[in-house]
Amino acid sequence: MDEKKRNEAYNKYVQAKIPKTRPWPSLFNSFWVGGVICCIGQGINDLIMLAFPSMAEQTAWTYTLIVLIFLASFLTGVGLYDRIGKFAGGGSIVPITGFSNSITSPALEFKHEGIIYGLCVKMFTIAGPVIVTGIVASILVGLVYLFI
Amino acid sequence: MYYLWVFLIGGLVCAIGELLIIKTNITSARILVTFVLTGVLLEAFGLFDYISDFARAGINVPIVGFGASLAKGAIGAVKARGLIGAFTGGLEATAAGIAAAVGFAFLFGLIFHARTKN
Repeated sequence: MDEKKRNEAYNKYVQAKIPKTRPWPSLFNSFWVGGVICCIGQGINDLIMLAFPSMAEQTAWTYTLIVLIFLASFLTGVGLYDRIGKFAGGGSIVPITGFSNSITSPALEFKHEGIIYGLCVKMFTIAGPVIVTGIVASILVGLVYLFI
Repeated sequence: MYYLWVFLIGGLVCAIGELLIIKTNITSARILVTFVLTGVLLEAFGLFDYISDFARAGINVPIVGFGASLAKGAIGAVKARGLIGAFTGGLEATAAGIAAAVGFAFLFGLIFHARTKN
């Protein structure tokens, strides 16, 4: 009984402390920032195709993603990506740059706990579930396609 | 002119992510997982290529494209090599992205220091 009351009070406290985001500006910001990040990706891809016309389309896309991942990781390192994230929310999380940020950011943050137990372990706090669910889903899809 | 589609679709996908965050307060890990699984499903049902044809980077840069590559790799490998493909295909197709993300994170993790958050 007492515990229940305490939990309710705690939840109220948490609700009061959660930063309030006004929905429309934040939706608009994530829309245009996300759109711009995708356009940057398209631009990098077009440049690669222009510079290496004989390259296979798939390979060019892979290089594009590597460049985006590099940029996001670097921007996270110098502390700029978090600022974009604060402004754009979903616009900075959903693109592949957000995936890169989600690996580099905890790697930096937990470095003080050591290279192995800090940097290497904490790197996967967010990316781990993403990779695990992705791999499991791809195995299932592969198995389904084996039988149809 | 296709940059307009890239912008609109890419922006829309990101805005859907933001909408999920606002409405349900879910964490970024769950957002990423949701979008990866969406990509896997889109590819598994053969819908991803239709979107990708006109949206290009608009759907390939969002993490949805990562999920689609996982599924596409698994499907292609199963067709080419049978059962073993279900286990090798997904990671083969996404190896570059995962290796780049881990490699750069390790490199920049060593070089830079965390900033104190205000």
